[in-house]
Amino acid sequence: MLIVQRAPAPGAAGGTYRAFGETLRGLKTTMARLFEGPKTISYPEEKVPVYPRFRGRHRLHRFEDTGLEKCVGCSLCAAACPADCIRVVAAENTPENRVSAGERYAAVYEINLARCIFCGYCEVACPFDAITMGHDYEMSAYNRTDLIFTKEMLLDEPLERTPLRNEGE
Amino acid sequence: MSGSIIAAVGYAEEWYIQILKSLVLFGLAVQIVPIVLLAERKLLGRFQHRYGPNRVGPFGAAQPLADIIKLATKEPFRPSTSVGFLYAAAPVISLLTALAAFAILPFGDVVTIFGEEVGLYGLDVEIGVLYVFAFGAIAFYGLMLGGWASGSKYSFLGAMRAAAQLISYEVAMGLSLVGVIMMAGTLSLTGIVEAQASMWYAVPQIVGFLIFVIAGFAETNRAPFDLPEADAELVAGYNTEYGGSKFAAYFFAEYVNILVVSGIAVTMFLGGWQLPFVDPPAWVDPFVVLGKIFLFVFLFVWIRATLPRLRYDQLMSFGWKVLLPLATLNALVTAIVVVAV
Repeated sequence: MLIVQRAPAPGAAGGTYRAFGETLRGLKTTMARLFEGPKTISYPEEKVPVYPRFRGRHRLHRFEDTGLEKCVGCSLCAAACPADCIRVVAAENTPENRVSAGERYAAVYEINLARCIFCGYCEVACPFDAITMGHDYEMSAYNRTDLIFTKEMLLDEPLERTPLRNEGE
Repeated sequence: MSGSIIAAVGYAEEWYIQILKSLVLFGLAVQIVPIVLLAERKLLGRFQHRYGPNRVGPFGAAQPLADIIKLATKEPFRPSTSVGFLYAAAPVISLLTALAAFAILPFGDVVTIFGEEVGLYGLDVEIGVLYVFAFGAIAFYGLMLGGWASGSKYSFLGAMRAAAQLISYEVAMGLSLVGVIMMAGTLSLTGIVEAQASMWYAVPQIVGFLIFVIAGFAETNRAPFDLPEADAELVAGYNTEYGGSKFAAYFFAEYVNILVVSGIAVTMFLGGWQLPFVDPPAWVDPFVVLGKIFLFVFLFVWIRATLPRLRYDQLMSFGWKVLLPLATLNALVTAIVVVAV
């Protein structure tokens, strides 16, 4: 036999009594929220720390010992990029002008961050770990052209403005 | 009982003190409203795990000032379908009635200031509570005319809702006070406060107190009875077409009304300036009343943070089928007890 459980009928004295009780329960709940205090993170002053694998603005790297650029201008990153936002123009290294460790180097390396979708495929495609995704996510600009990052900008140490979350935090 | 054409009053001072008092009361209302405004937004934020406004001035203390400057410097605008004179007059009516009702809240007994006997209230009218309801009734016109004269459907819907709601709940509100009036044997608000010297009427009149508070929420168009200005369904109800300082006048009137309802509740049920067990000097009295009023303001915000808006038919059936019979029963039982004892 099927026993149907019905909700109590609304209205009338019983309904009013129940509504009153539920109101008190609701008041208790909101009061508890008041005592918990705000959970807001006041963004420009406080920042949420990012995880180590957070995919922020790209960075290009140099070898620490020799200071040569790791990028050899192979354009694999540009080929992997689904948003087609990377532009690489390669040039030959010469004994007088040695920029990278390989035969060639990137004479022009530009990332249009207005188009970038931060998928990290460039990082995966790179055979020399020359490009990695950094932690920076504050990249707003007043001008679209300001969002085209050049090689020098990508090679520079970023401003320390993104807190990093430690392991296990 | 100095004979007066308008209404019999209890203790009345010289004319120049009357003028001075009215200015002080107006100043008081104007000063309290921004505090209430800020307190509401701050508290509402805390209830929702937020900070509330905290950018303007220390802890956001200058936020109401910024709001007022913003509203006052806006371009005066009038929809082409509106009725000019009424459109301008409606917010004034709302503001006027709200401030007039504020005038009779007793903040203390008659005290001597610089050798002058001054009552700490605007006017101690003999008809007391009826005065509040009279101005509450006129306040409908502020909303109705505003909604109708705007020439907008949303405004008109909001105004119709406001009228229906205010009329329904005013009945229950008035009846809930009948018990107190019978126990005190006077309509004068100072007289009612003095009658609570031994016990606040919130204790014997708990039912009346609850009905009054609930009806008070409806009277001031506050959540969960904020149907006249339900932002989600009516844009903003009767004040949809209002902007700038006219909107500020409506807004101001709404908050003065909250203070008035809180003040009446404090006066009628929570002993006005009386405190249990202690008898502070006379200069503390206004602060006691203000403190109690702020307790009510906190309750207003607390309820707003908790309860969702009622549906229109729920609102009406609650007012007529629950509050009104309860209030009538309360008045009846009180009458029997008062006569029998």
